[in-house]
Amino acid sequence: MKHIKTLNSSNLKTSLSKGGCGECQVSCQSACKTSCTVANQNCERSK
Amino acid sequence: MPMIHKFSLFDKFMVLDVNSGAVHVLDEVAWEVLNYFTSCSRDKIIDILKKKYDVEDITQAYLELKTLQQKELLFSPDYYDDMDLHHNGIIKALCLHVAHDCNLRCKYCFASTGSFQGRRLVMDCETGKGAIDFLISHSGNRRQLEVDFFGGEPLLNKDIIKQLVDYGNERAAQSNKDIRFTLTTNALLLDDDFLSFINDKMYNLVLSIDGTRQTNDRMRYQADGRGTYDLILPKIKKAVEMREDKSFYVRGTFTRYNLNFSEDVLHLADLGFKNISVEPVVADKNKDYAIREEDLPTIFKEYETLAQEYVKRYKIGNPFNFFHFNIDLTQGPCVIKRVMGCGAGTEYVAVTPEGDIYPCHQFVGIEDFCIGNVKEGIENRKTVEEFRKCNVLKKEECKKCWAKFYCSGGCHASAYYSSNDIHSTYKIGCEMEKKRIECAMWIKASLSE
Repeated sequence: MKHIKTLNSSNLKTSLSKGGCGECQVSCQSACKTSCTVANQNCERSK
Repeated sequence: MPMIHKFSLFDKFMVLDVNSGAVHVLDEVAWEVLNYFTSCSRDKIIDILKKKYDVEDITQAYLELKTLQQKELLFSPDYYDDMDLHHNGIIKALCLHVAHDCNLRCKYCFASTGSFQGRRLVMDCETGKGAIDFLISHSGNRRQLEVDFFGGEPLLNKDIIKQLVDYGNERAAQSNKDIRFTLTTNALLLDDDFLSFINDKMYNLVLSIDGTRQTNDRMRYQADGRGTYDLILPKIKKAVEMREDKSFYVRGTFTRYNLNFSEDVLHLADLGFKNISVEPVVADKNKDYAIREEDLPTIFKEYETLAQEYVKRYKIGNPFNFFHFNIDLTQGPCVIKRVMGCGAGTEYVAVTPEGDIYPCHQFVGIEDFCIGNVKEGIENRKTVEEFRKCNVLKKEECKKCWAKFYCSGGCHASAYYSSNDIHSTYKIGCEMEKKRIECAMWIKASLSE
C-alpha cells in the first residue's frame, strides 16, 4: 500500500477460538503491582 | 460495534482498529480521507479534499482503507459481546505476604509502611506451606503457577522464603506443575548469600528504587528519616549484574512531587538498568503527593519525552525496556485474557502472614474483602462472585473505550479507592494508560522504519 502501513496483520478474533488456556502470567506478578496493563503480557503458547 | 482510535503523535498519523487489534500508520491524505470514510461516498470525499490533495491520491487512499475494512482490519465487527468467560474457580497465582513489617517508612506506602493496617507480623512456615498447598490444590489443570514473595519487606523473613521455595518446588514436582517465584524487595537486606539463592531459584526479581537520589529519598526513607538511595544502589547494581540474562525489573513510583519522572526513568537507564518500571502512585486523593487531574498534561509530556528517548537510544544501540511501553502487536495475550484482566480474586489472590486470603495485595487489610483462609479455603463467595463479574465487557465506562483490550478494565483496587466500587474506573489512571498505549504504538511505528 502506498498511503497506509499496517504494523500487524494478526487479528484478535483468531485468538478467540485458540486462546484461553490460562497459563500466561498474571499481570501484577511481573513488574507492576499497582497499575494493570494486561496487553503487555506474553502468551505462553507463542513461546 | 466497530470502533477505531485515531491519534497523531509527533510525525505520525496512526489508527488502531479496536476489535481486530490492527494498528496502521497513515500518510496525511489517508488520514484526511479517514475523517469522512464512514459518512461520505468516495465522490463526496474527493469533492471535499480535491483542493488540498491530488484526486488520484485521494482515490487510492480511499481504496486502501476499503481493502483494510474488507479484511476486517479496520472498522471490524465486535465478536466479543457474548464471549463465554468460563471462570472455573482455578487459582494459579499467589502474592505471598511473608512479612507484614518493613525496614522502611516510605511516605506513599499503601501497606501502612508494611503492616497493612494490622499488626506487624511475619509469616510462619506452616502458614506458608498451607498457602502453597492451597495454590496447588486450587490450580486445576494449570501447569504454570506463580508465587510472588511480597510484603512489607519480604527479606525480613529470609529463612521462610528459602524453605517455601524448596517446599513449593517439591510439591509442584509431585503434581507435575511448575512454580515461577518472584521476589519484590526494597533491596536493603540483600547480601551475597541471598543473591545467589535468588539467582538460582527466582524466575523474576523486582527491585524498588524511584529514580534519582532526590526523588528516591524524598519518599523512601528509614524509620530515622534517612534516605535509602546510597544504601540500596550498590546492592541493586550487584543484583542486576548477577541476574545476567534472567528476568528482573527495577521498579519505582512517581508522585506529584516528581512529575518530571522521565528524568528518573532515564537516570535509572543511565545507571545501566535495562528493565525499568516507574508507575504512578496509588494514593488517597487528599494526599499532597497524589496525582491530580490537572497534572495530566504534564504527565503526558513526560511519557512523550520518554517515548522519544526510548526510540533514540534503541537506534543508537543503547536500548532500555520501559515496562509500560511493552506491547506485542503480533503475539500478545489472547482476547480472553484481555477481557478477563488482572485476575484479582479469581485466578490471583494474596495471602497474609495469618493465612487470610484477599483478592489481591491492594485489598489486604480491608476486612470486607477477606475471602477466606488457607486452612478453611474460600468462604466469602459473594465477594469472589463480584470479582468474577467484574471485567472489561461489563464496565459501562470501558465498553465504549478504545483502550479496553490493553488495560482490560484497569486495576480493581484503583477503582475501589477512587470511587468505592470495583465495577467503576479510576479516571486519572485511565487517561495515563491511554497515553502510554499511544506512546507504545508510536514506538512500534518508529522502530519499524
